[in-house]
Amino acid sequence: MSFGVILQQLGSGFLKTVLIFSVTLVLSLPLGWVVYFGRSSRNKIVSGLVIGFISIMSGTPLMLQLLLWYFGPFYLFRMNIGNYKFTALIIGFSLNYSAYFAEIYRSGVEAIDVGQYEAAQILGYSKLRTFVRIIFPQVMRIVMPAIGNEVITLVKDTSLAYSISYIEMFALAKQIAAKETTIIPFIVAGVFYYVFNYAVAKGITLTERKLAFY
Amino acid sequence: MSILEVNNLRKSFGTAEVLKGISLHVDRGEVVSIIGSSGSGKTTLLRCCVGLEKEYEGEIHYDGTFGMVFQNFNLFPHFTALRNVMDAPVKVQKRPKEEVLPEARELLRKVGLSDKENAYPSTLSGGQKQRVAIARALAMKPDILFFDEPTSALDPELTGEILRVIRALAEEKMTMVIVTHEMTFARNVSDHIIFMDKGVVADEGTPDQVFNSENPRTRAFLGKLST
Repeated sequence: MSFGVILQQLGSGFLKTVLIFSVTLVLSLPLGWVVYFGRSSRNKIVSGLVIGFISIMSGTPLMLQLLLWYFGPFYLFRMNIGNYKFTALIIGFSLNYSAYFAEIYRSGVEAIDVGQYEAAQILGYSKLRTFVRIIFPQVMRIVMPAIGNEVITLVKDTSLAYSISYIEMFALAKQIAAKETTIIPFIVAGVFYYVFNYAVAKGITLTERKLAFY
Repeated sequence: MSILEVNNLRKSFGTAEVLKGISLHVDRGEVVSIIGSSGSGKTTLLRCCVGLEKEYEGEIHYDGTFGMVFQNFNLFPHFTALRNVMDAPVKVQKRPKEEVLPEARELLRKVGLSDKENAYPSTLSGGQKQRVAIARALAMKPDILFFDEPTSALDPELTGEILRVIRALAEEKMTMVIVTHEMTFARNVSDHIIFMDKGVVADEGTPDQVFNSENPRTRAFLGKLST
């Protein structure tokens, strides 16, 4: 297999890597807020359940979670999981990352001075409007570096899709390497990951700078 | 005509009773200063009046709306000075932007910050921040404005600019309640002074009455300040 063909095949796998990455991010960033609000709920049952959820998500391997999300429905409900692989991946990745994002958001919200809420209350802002206009923009600025770290980890974590044999770039690299007895696919895949992460890191830095207008 | 009336207000934090039955009233156009040592309950009284402390006994009645200026300004750091002033009138009171904008600019001019309307709070001095905060509170057109130690977080050379703004408001007959440690200022600007000590109104009256009071607690407090 020529280098060009390896590149082409890995390129198509790379698109799937990017797909897992993007869909996970788009879902887990907002979902993290839902988890955060559940965790800080005054209802002890809700907050207790969500704290348990976060603890499990961050206390067990993501690979194990992916296996459970994928094979669980089959073993538990005999569900046909033929076309379910990508969905299982996205569920696994999004829930896992939403738990991490929720904790990051919490650290950001706790960094906001209580005076911000008091000023907003006296000016007549509702709780919702206080959050949307006053708290949220400040939190996003505070948490952006921590979010950035997680996003970079996510790029690399996409390779865990290999564990449920979803054929993204990493799985392809391994296949080609085994078939052609060459190490080149791993190097190429490494370069792909690195370049992708380089771009992601640049994007994060730009976002941080954009949020640091004040 | 009373704009604020407080009757027998009691407030405890745990077992510590901070306010032990406070009554006061503020008339329209009146400037009332609340003085007293730290821990006398001044700030708690103010916080009860504006609803930042919710659990208390007693009654607080308003005939109108109120605004507040905080010791630590509490400006919104992600808004410019102008947006800090305009946001609540536009987003909360739902007034048209075209109507609020000239008013907001006029308020910034009044507090001497016309050239700072596009500045973010982080680029302003403490005195400038507090003046923006005053403009922000005024933009809501409150019937009564509370000041919680408005100069306590400022360097001495910056307190003057805040006191000048408050004095100008007093001359316009803005109704104000000011918790302050600036005795000379309180004496000059107030119609009525309330001296609080250990959670009660220990003494009150016109500035002359309070500053020449025979009340031993008042004398002890004012005496400590002058030495």
